[in-house]
Amino acid sequence: MLESYLREKRSQKEILLMTHIVLGYPSFSQAYRIVEAMVEAGVDLIELQIPFSEPMADGPVILNANQSALAAGSSVEQCLAFAGEVCARFEIPFLFMSYYNILYKYGVDRFAAAMAKAGIRGAIVPDLPPEEAEDYLKAMVINQLAPVFIFSPNTPDQRLQFIADHAKGFIYCVARTGVTGSRTEFSQQLDAYLNRCRRATKLPLALGFGVKDKADIDFLRGKVDIAVIGSQTIRTVDKKGVEAVEGFIRGLTL
Amino acid sequence: MNRRGYYGGFGGAYIPEILTATFAELTREFDAAKNDPSFWQQYRDILATYSCRPTPITFAENLTEYLKGARIYIKREDLNHTGAHKANNVIGQGLLVKRMGKKRVIAETGAGQHGVATATMAAKFGFDCTIYMGEVDVERQRPNVFWMERLGAEVVPVTDGTRLLKDAINQAFRDWVTNMDTTHYVLGTACGPHPFPEMVTYFQSIIGREARKQLMETEGRLPSRVYACVGGGSNAMGIFSGFFADPVQLVGVEAGGQGLETGRHASRLASSDGSVGIAQGYKTYFLQNADGQMKETHSVAAGLDYVGVSPILAQLKESGRVRFETATDVEVLDALSLTMKKEGLIPALESSHAFVQAFKEAPTLSRNDIILINQSGRGDKDIFTIADAFSDPSWKKFISKKATKYHA
Ligand SMILES: Cc1ncc(COP(=O)(O)O)c(C=O)c1O
Repeated sequence: MLESYLREKRSQKEILLMTHIVLGYPSFSQAYRIVEAMVEAGVDLIELQIPFSEPMADGPVILNANQSALAAGSSVEQCLAFAGEVCARFEIPFLFMSYYNILYKYGVDRFAAAMAKAGIRGAIVPDLPPEEAEDYLKAMVINQLAPVFIFSPNTPDQRLQFIADHAKGFIYCVARTGVTGSRTEFSQQLDAYLNRCRRATKLPLALGFGVKDKADIDFLRGKVDIAVIGSQTIRTVDKKGVEAVEGFIRGLTL
Repeated sequence: MNRRGYYGGFGGAYIPEILTATFAELTREFDAAKNDPSFWQQYRDILATYSCRPTPITFAENLTEYLKGARIYIKREDLNHTGAHKANNVIGQGLLVKRMGKKRVIAETGAGQHGVATATMAAKFGFDCTIYMGEVDVERQRPNVFWMERLGAEVVPVTDGTRLLKDAINQAFRDWVTNMDTTHYVLGTACGPHPFPEMVTYFQSIIGREARKQLMETEGRLPSRVYACVGGGSNAMGIFSGFFADPVQLVGVEAGGQGLETGRHASRLASSDGSVGIAQGYKTYFLQNADGQMKETHSVAAGLDYVGVSPILAQLKESGRVRFETATDVEVLDALSLTMKKEGLIPALESSHAFVQAFKEAPTLSRNDIILINQSGRGDKDIFTIADAFSDPSWKKFISKKATKYHA
């Protein structure tokens, strides 16, 4: 179970690190090397984003990665094959992240079975609220996969609990309003929100959106279980190449 | 679980968590307004004094003579302020924005009509205004960009994806998830997450309510068929709303672009190329590939150049209540020419799609039949596209002269 893996890991480390890549960006072979570098640098779990033509919740960096991957011909079948490879090769858990149409078009039941077969442990689908997730939740349960849901700072307390009731594995707390990749103020205000999240669920908490360096992660120590690094890895790859990934990740948790 | 906003299997609200509270507020406000009889009165009064409502129906006597079939009536949404039915929707949503106490509006636009309408509403009600518009549409609808900017709106060209209407919608959503506390997103058509399809239809239903009453007054009977072009579906839903309970055939006309067989079109319902999917917050027929990636669409009419379609129309297609047809770019220009020459009317390229199908069917009907065409907008905005299509020599000369002057 994803949750027990995270608890076990968490008992050894003060904060866990989840990183993110867009499948097929800059290419599948480079994506593989990025995963390798991340594992080598000690990340605890990785989010594999299947590119979608309408990534509504993503900012310019991840949006561009989605478009480039699609322009280069990244297909869902290739993404599933890639997932199968990395799950077989590396010990850490992998999750899918994508928009719901990717699952829906594939067939939600068929997609969940394919995820399980590849060795994927769960999924994050930002445009699928629990209210619309009946088929998805059924398929995830049958295949023993963790449906990760999202908390946001403007989610009322009662709804935090409603969401947590449908979630497994962990909860993804978005740090602020807005899309991925822009700046986040790591401040006292964030503390109040994280306290609300903590009260709403016993599941491990991840925090993402705007986490970019060691200072941000240090701020989150003791407040959440998992820090999520998204756009910043892609920026590093764009500016300095795949070789720079391992050093960047190591620098985060020194 | 909450199944609000479904029409058969279509619709829903596939929204990121960060917008859930915003949608709850909007739905609450819309429900309250709907149940407040003074709201519709206020809405009608503003449209009457600001936007020429009720817009008339025009009997197209010369076209009727020429086609030798059904009596052709035209509902004149082109006579709205800013030249299209879009005014109805923006005034309605503008009143809701006031009730919610927000100070800024954003919108997507394809043809630029919805953008211009939103910009006028923002100026009138004192809101800040940002309009997202695909780069391709900025190029082909330049006059509307000029007006939006003059009206005080910021126009942001969208360079992502296909650089068309759908990409402008994504960008508007990205703005909204950042600024929802101060900002309302004035979606321009009967698409998107609940409550937008219902809400936009509600405001546009003024078209059908008026048209039905006007026909009963002038002809004393109902039309046999009603024609409307279908982009996102708001003008079609608007006029169809007046006739759902009647024995009237409803015909939606989509963009056939360069012909269905070329794949370069925007027909989600009439062609067999559309399939059910979930994107931009709702479930409907989309033009997408087997992986669920949205395809590039094509139409001479920017306002019809869109991958999705109203979930309400998707349901009405499945139930058979509305029939869907397509008109090609070439047919559209012919119908536009004919309408100008015979009636002195200048329908928008979008609206001209409805005329194409009506002209095909009118001669097959009897002289006792009445048909009604929704002229959703006026063609002035399309001057560059239409001049190019007709390769108009004196216009070209004028533009070159103008360009030389700017370079001097
Ligand atoms: C004049 C006109 N008609 C029709 C449309 C298509 O939109 P809808 O299908 O929502 O009426 C547009 C959109 O821009 C328009 O400007």
